[in-house]
This record gives sequence, C-alpha cells and structure tokens, in this order.
Amino acid sequence: MHNLSKSYGSTKAVDGLSFTIHPGRVTGFLGANGAGKSTTMRMMLGLARPSTGHVLIDGVPYQHLTRPLTKVGALLETRSAHPGRRAYQHLRWLAQSNNIPASRVEAVLEEVGLQNEKSKRAKGFSLGMAQRLAIAAALLGDPPILLLDEPVNGLDPEGIIWIRELMKSLAAQGRTVFVSSHLLGEMANTAEHLIVIDHGRVLADTTVSAFIGESTSLEDAYLRVIQR
Amino acid sequence: MIRAELTKIRTLRSTFWVFLATFALCVGLGFLIGLSFRNIADAGADSLFASFYAVTLGQIALVVFGVFVISSEYSSGTIHASLAATPRRGRFFLAKLAATTPVVLVLSLVTIVSMFFAARAGLGPRAVPFDARGVAGATVYLTLICLFATGVATMLRSAAGSLAILLPLLFLGSQGLGNIPKVKTITQYLPDQTAWVIMHLTGPPGSAQFERPYGPWTGLALTALWTLAALLGGYAVLRKRDV
Repeated sequence: MHNLSKSYGSTKAVDGLSFTIHPGRVTGFLGANGAGKSTTMRMMLGLARPSTGHVLIDGVPYQHLTRPLTKVGALLETRSAHPGRRAYQHLRWLAQSNNIPASRVEAVLEEVGLQNEKSKRAKGFSLGMAQRLAIAAALLGDPPILLLDEPVNGLDPEGIIWIRELMKSLAAQGRTVFVSSHLLGEMANTAEHLIVIDHGRVLADTTVSAFIGESTSLEDAYLRVIQR
Repeated sequence: MIRAELTKIRTLRSTFWVFLATFALCVGLGFLIGLSFRNIADAGADSLFASFYAVTLGQIALVVFGVFVISSEYSSGTIHASLAATPRRGRFFLAKLAATTPVVLVLSLVTIVSMFFAARAGLGPRAVPFDARGVAGATVYLTLICLFATGVATMLRSAAGSLAILLPLLFLGSQGLGNIPKVKTITQYLPDQTAWVIMHLTGPPGSAQFERPYGPWTGLALTALWTLAALLGGYAVLRKRDV
C-alpha cells in the first residue's frame, strides 16, 4: 500500500497511508472508530476509489485479479447475504462467480459450524450466525490472504475464542491475516504485528511486543501513541 | 459469472411473485378487457387495442422486477460481496444483464401469447386473427421496459426512488394523457409510448388525433434507445461511484 488517501469533500478519511502486510502472521489494524480502518479496507478491495495512492496485492491491484476470491477473502460487513437467501444459496452464487468448486460450499459451512443452519434464510440468523456465514464466504476460495474488518463484533465469548483461534491457525498455515479492530484486548490476544492509525495516518507499524515496549499494557501504549 | 447471477435471480422469492403477477395481470386483464369489448355496439371499437391493452398494467410487475434485480443488491449489502467477487464493474453489470434478459424475454413471450389468446377468448365473435407482429412487438417491449427499469435503478440505487419515477411515467401513458394534442407532442416520445404503435394502442387507424410521426418498428426502436440510454447511464454510475 503506497500513499493511500481518501477524501470526502474537504474531510480526509485516509491520509497518505503506506505499509506492507506480510504473510504468516496476524497483522492487527488498530484505530478508534472513524480512524479510517473501514475506508482503507474498502479501498483494498476496489470498492472505494482512492483519492491518491494505490494498493497492490502480490504486485497487482485487486481489480486485476482474475478470480479474486481465490486470492483474497474479505469480511467487510456482518450482514452481506440477502435476507431472503438461504445460507448455502449465498455461498453458491459466490462460488459460481469465481469458478470455485461447489464442494467448497459444504466445506466452509462445516468449517464455521453452520452445516445445520445451511438451509435457513439469512434474515433468521443471529448476529453470531451471520458473522460465521460472512467468514465462510471469506474462506470460500481458500485464499492465501484474509482481510477481516471487525470480525469479533457481535460475537459471544465462545464465538470470540473460536475466531481468535481460527485467525491464528490461518496465519500458522502461512496465510496473510489482516484484521481491523478497535478492541485493544482482542488485538493483544491475536495479533503479532500492529499497524495503528489515527485520523487516517499511520502512528505505528511494529510488532505487538515492540509497540508495548516499556508501557505496562497495550492499552497504555496505545493511549501514549494517540496523545503524542 | 452469468451462472452466479442466475442463481441470485432464482433464489429470491420475490422473483417468483413478480413473474406470477406479470403473467396473471396481463392474462387476466386481457380476458376481462376482451369481454368488455365483446358487447360494445360501436362497430369501430378496435379489437386489436383490446387484445394488447392489458400490457400497460401488467408491465408494472415486471418493471418492479427490473428494479429489484439491482436495488436488492444495495438494500441488502450484497453489492459489496458482488463487487468483491467481480471487481470489474462492467463485467458485473453485463453478467447481470446477460442473466436477466433471456429469463425476462421468455417470460414476456409466454405472457404476451397467453394474453393475446385470453383476450381473443374474451372478445368472442369480435376476436381478431393472430397478430404475429403485435405479439412480437409486445414481447420485445415488455423485455425492454424491464431492462429500462434496471438501468434507472442502477443509476438511483434505490427501489423507492426508482419506482417513484417509473410508476408515474408508465401510468401517465396508460391513462391516456398521451392523446391530448398539446401534451402528446412530448409524451409520444416517452419510452413506453413509443412502443404503442406496434401494439395497436394508439387509437383507431386513420384518426388524425392519434397519428404518430413514427411507424411501429421505428417506435419500438425508440424504446430500445431509451433502454440503451438508461443502461449506459446505470453503467456510468456503477463504474464511477464507491460502494
């Protein structure tokens, strides 16, 4: 990602971000609500057009990937399935759009623990189930890169532990896991590397342990960086 | 990609209901209008008009479908998943149109043929022989007006906003405003009005009041131009805007 900016009128939501995300570890993308995390992730996926700069995924812009779901799996919103569609139907059209074998639909439903709810319509899903379906969609193409925007939002403690372990295991398989959150405790538990942003600018790009440094906790370190 | 779009169409219950409504409205009203023309004393009453008039109401259901095809993506947030899966927006839009058009064309054909024969049954002794040009024209028209709605909805991204424009536009025509001389100068070029000649909806032949400066096929071509313009407008918005 190089010099990425996004302005809405005179407001700069994202202001000259440059960083590189590496495979094999969970990279946390930390910032307050409104710091520019979601906007950045939407630009990574080509959903929003940057005002300046660009994002390259293995050297190419997202829009140039031929079967993007097999390269990048993304969770942007909890509820992205049409409320009237059944869980497996939502995954089926996604698979068809990227020539992903139909067998992957069953595989990811099982992986996220929705095999018994696969014929339910999305509107009947609790927040936790919707989140699992969204994660199933991200995993569908077995992608080496995962972008997850606030994945623990709305999950119960069991769900939070589940996704934490999932992210760690995905990274251990050598995948790139980029996860945004405004929850400091969650980041301390899952991420190895941190990118901290505020007002659309990078404040820190370092390992979690180096970030905490002499502070007593991640929280303490975060507040110090923000106030600087 | 087209397969994915077909799956989307197939897996929404609203698709089934609006298709059923289109068919039922056209065929049911076609029969009733035929019946009401059967006993009219006026020898000049136009049986061809009666055979096709139901389209002006039945089309509403299909227009709703044309709007939903794209507006449901925005209302449900599926558009994010769709564009992440198919980031080239032109391809996404083409795939959607390529999936929608044949489905709507087949539905239109079945509906219009059925409507014509329902109207014939209603007309009884006043029935007219099978009018291949009218049936073909009405079939193409119904498909075009549905795609026109898709184009408008792609520009506006909301079902409510799109229908707020489309419904008055289409009722304006069917309520006969198109035949008031001064207003007609303009309204005769509206996307639905241009197809009225081929469907025999412009009034009795030879009457100066209902005369149009274009023929049946030219009129249908004008509707096609409207549709093309709406779709190009939709594509421009889709390509330019963030989602």
